[in-house]
Amino acid sequence: MEDTIKVAGGTGLTADDIKSGKIFLTEDSLDCAYAWDTGVAVNRYLAELKQGKIIATRCKKCKRTMLPPRLFCELCFIPCSNWQYVQDTGIVNTFSICHVHWDATRIGKDEKPHLPAVIEIDGASEGMGIMHLLGEVDPEEIKIGMQVKAVWKPEAERTGSIIDIKYFKPL
Amino acid sequence: MMRKVAIVGAGMTSFVRRALETPKELSYQATKVTLDSCGLTLDDVDCIAHGTAPDAFDGLHQNGEYMVDGCGGWNKPTMRVYVGGGTGIHAVVHGWHHVASGLFDTCLVVCEEKMSSALPHAQAFFLTIFDSITERPLEPNLLWIFALEMNRYMERYGYTKEDMALVAVKNKQNGLKHPASQFSEKVTVEDVVNSEMMAYPVSRLDVSPVSDGAAAVLLASERVARRLTDKPVWIEGVGWSLDTAYWATRDLYYPRYTDTAARMAYDMAGIREPDKEIHVAEPYDPFDYKALHHLEGLQLSPRGKTVELLRDGHFDIDGNLPMCPSGGLLGVGNPIAAAGTMKVCELFWQLRGEAGQRQVPGNPRRGVAQSWGDLMQVSSVVVVGN
Amino acid sequence: MNKKVAIVGLGFSGFGTTTPDLSYREMIFEAATRCYEDAGGIHPQAIDSFVASSEDFMEGISIADEYVPDQLGAVLKPVHSITGDSLQGLASAMMQIKTGQQNIVAASAFSKVSNLSHHEHLVSYATDPVYIRPFNENPYFIAGLEMNRYLHETGTTRDQCAKVVLKNRYNALKNPGACYGARLELEDVTGAPALSYPLGIYDMSGHLDGAIVVLLASEERARELTDKPVWIKGIGWATDTPNLDSRIEGMGSAVYAKLASQQAYRMADINNPFNEIDFAEIDDTFSYKELQHLEALNLCGPGEAGRLLELGCFSPDGDIPVNVSGGSLGAGYLHEANGLQRLMEVILQLRGEAGPRQLLDVETGLAFAWRGVPTATGAAAVISTRP
Ligand SMILES: [Zn+2]
Repeated sequence: MEDTIKVAGGTGLTADDIKSGKIFLTEDSLDCAYAWDTGVAVNRYLAELKQGKIIATRCKKCKRTMLPPRLFCELCFIPCSNWQYVQDTGIVNTFSICHVHWDATRIGKDEKPHLPAVIEIDGASEGMGIMHLLGEVDPEEIKIGMQVKAVWKPEAERTGSIIDIKYFKPL
Repeated sequence: MMRKVAIVGAGMTSFVRRALETPKELSYQATKVTLDSCGLTLDDVDCIAHGTAPDAFDGLHQNGEYMVDGCGGWNKPTMRVYVGGGTGIHAVVHGWHHVASGLFDTCLVVCEEKMSSALPHAQAFFLTIFDSITERPLEPNLLWIFALEMNRYMERYGYTKEDMALVAVKNKQNGLKHPASQFSEKVTVEDVVNSEMMAYPVSRLDVSPVSDGAAAVLLASERVARRLTDKPVWIEGVGWSLDTAYWATRDLYYPRYTDTAARMAYDMAGIREPDKEIHVAEPYDPFDYKALHHLEGLQLSPRGKTVELLRDGHFDIDGNLPMCPSGGLLGVGNPIAAAGTMKVCELFWQLRGEAGQRQVPGNPRRGVAQSWGDLMQVSSVVVVGN
Repeated sequence: MNKKVAIVGLGFSGFGTTTPDLSYREMIFEAATRCYEDAGGIHPQAIDSFVASSEDFMEGISIADEYVPDQLGAVLKPVHSITGDSLQGLASAMMQIKTGQQNIVAASAFSKVSNLSHHEHLVSYATDPVYIRPFNENPYFIAGLEMNRYLHETGTTRDQCAKVVLKNRYNALKNPGACYGARLELEDVTGAPALSYPLGIYDMSGHLDGAIVVLLASEERARELTDKPVWIKGIGWATDTPNLDSRIEGMGSAVYAKLASQQAYRMADINNPFNEIDFAEIDDTFSYKELQHLEALNLCGPGEAGRLLELGCFSPDGDIPVNVSGGSLGAGYLHEANGLQRLMEVILQLRGEAGPRQLLDVETGLAFAWRGVPTATGAAAVISTRP
């Protein structure tokens, strides 16, 4: 059958076209810096992490205990001021074994793969997960449903950041 | 009574790894070939609805403004819409708003992506899609969320990597027949499963490539459409839905945003039994598992039974519900926003019987295209019919 | 598709040069809560669709659309973002209602520009990467070029531009949401250091943080939700060319404003805007822009704006009060939320809720926003108390 569809342009280049100087490039790297206001809820979250604790907020209407904590419940659309500590343990909801860095370069031969996971934190409502890393575990041994516990940085090294927890390790 | 809106023209550039053309030039080429396909000039176009994904790829703030003249928007009402990866199909929904509202009679929808400008790799810019305070310090990359979702999906239904690879094989096979495709090589299940592991369970061939390209469609009101063509393809339904930004608090095994968006579009199109009433589907397939995940969300396959149907040939070009006859993002290429619009172009050609070697047999009369974006949280759905 | 569209709710939050107490999401939650209360306490579950207007680089987020739904109560709802001025977002919301698919749509925009360390870097990243960026100039040189050409073509004077600053910053003293209210003398403005000749540092508006949410409804739903609807009679938006050197009428005029307003006037059935529009909130990102825009919007003849300003025509007690709110020069510049900030004042005036700066007997107002340098994009909306 005759292909009647219309295609025009999209001229492919090869690496050689660029190396040989046939194609001109204008290079620039961007310089943008931001200092985001953390706000009421996340500020408290970070402050508690610095103390080695995980804190959530609880919605008085739908009764969800929510992580990360929020000033408002996005479903009921009412403010939340009920703070509640949760455990630093949880269950692996899903995980990956990642062989590339954030900038898509491949990890080195001696480097261990990154182990991102969604962890449902004990004490928060069912399904309330946060993204974090796993550690002190053989990647082959990780299972969905596995119980894990936070490994904290030493108190003096904590800065009020999500990485005050180094990673979660199997319980 | 809603105002009827038709697609009357479609066109695209070739999808390539690195294009000679600038983003403006790619947009121009897709725009021009689309206007030529229905014998119109820019003077016949009332307004422009355009789309392109993150500005960070281009290193351009207000990228939509920069793109304007390439899209034919010079001295016209021009508005860029943005739902991340879902932009390509959402721009068609956005264009539909322009015409169906009665404000305009014709609207040119143009989507473009040039990912090759970003160094060292377009992927690096996806770090900045994560929450700046609670997630970015973990140095995540885009693959993480897909790997996490794919793992959860496979675990839920007991699917294997081989099962997922079948989609890559099938779509890439279809794509070989697409004149704009970036690829020329057939792959096998073994090739996919044994390709370089990126982020378990995602291997390199499970993923669509990085691409440059553009695609466009022209929308017209009923009055104008009838004058231009005797084969208009009508937009029968549109829907879109955005889930919470707290993505880790959703169960990733099911795309409920696709479910909601599809129901909205089907409701408008008067479709009650989508698996029977839709004859060709272009679900969004940046990763192989995603096509299956989305078919379930689109109510085109029962949850957990999709691999069985896939193995039975249900989704082949000559099956009951041909899926991604274009080749999809896996088979044609993935210049993000342009890839979504390419799917709508494909339905336009399929419903007019103009898809050449890829033509779905049996004169398909109704098709659905769907895209997905943001933090795995948005779907846009377009139902077309003739 | 001939449905009439009303604004039935308005909410805002922030309006400070810094807003460290709330995250942007919390600030928008506050604005949305107020907006929904203003519309009779509607729950967001009852809203059909949501439109945000934003730019990624302003937020430091790639795909800012991701973070839109929660603070608007829009989880699993139709939501999309317009990377444009919020009056373009308003147009998207309005078109959705006019299709008949939606009945109630929210439109939101915000600025957290205080979280950004060098806004001018971003402005230069919006210029052409091959032709303009290599000059490595402060991007406001473009405003200098425009202003100089505008003065040259129209005979408008430097002092007349400065008087826009005096008027708007003085007007701002009556607006509690304005951060740059002041009583200035002409020499304060004309004698201030140059930013890019002939533009001085006082000719440019200062940054502002804040969030604004408005709620739109079809006629039937509007009557149920509020007893004080105002109506979007006409809306228009247009872009000239992004290429600085090939604008259709050169650097001195604002063709985008002319085209956008023509579209809006046509829809609103306005033939003589000077007679039919009672007051206007018009983009004054830079002092000369207010005058240039007034002419392009056909609220006065070409080259007349400066002289009419000096006659008091655009003062709060003049023929067409312009920027009674203080405009961006007096209130502060809200970036993508600029258009909603202009619209907000129009709504407050039409409802009679503008407090000490309330205008008498106003029925129809015009809001107009421009997207700032280096763009040639603008959007206009005609709002009226009559459906
Ligand atoms: Zn709740």
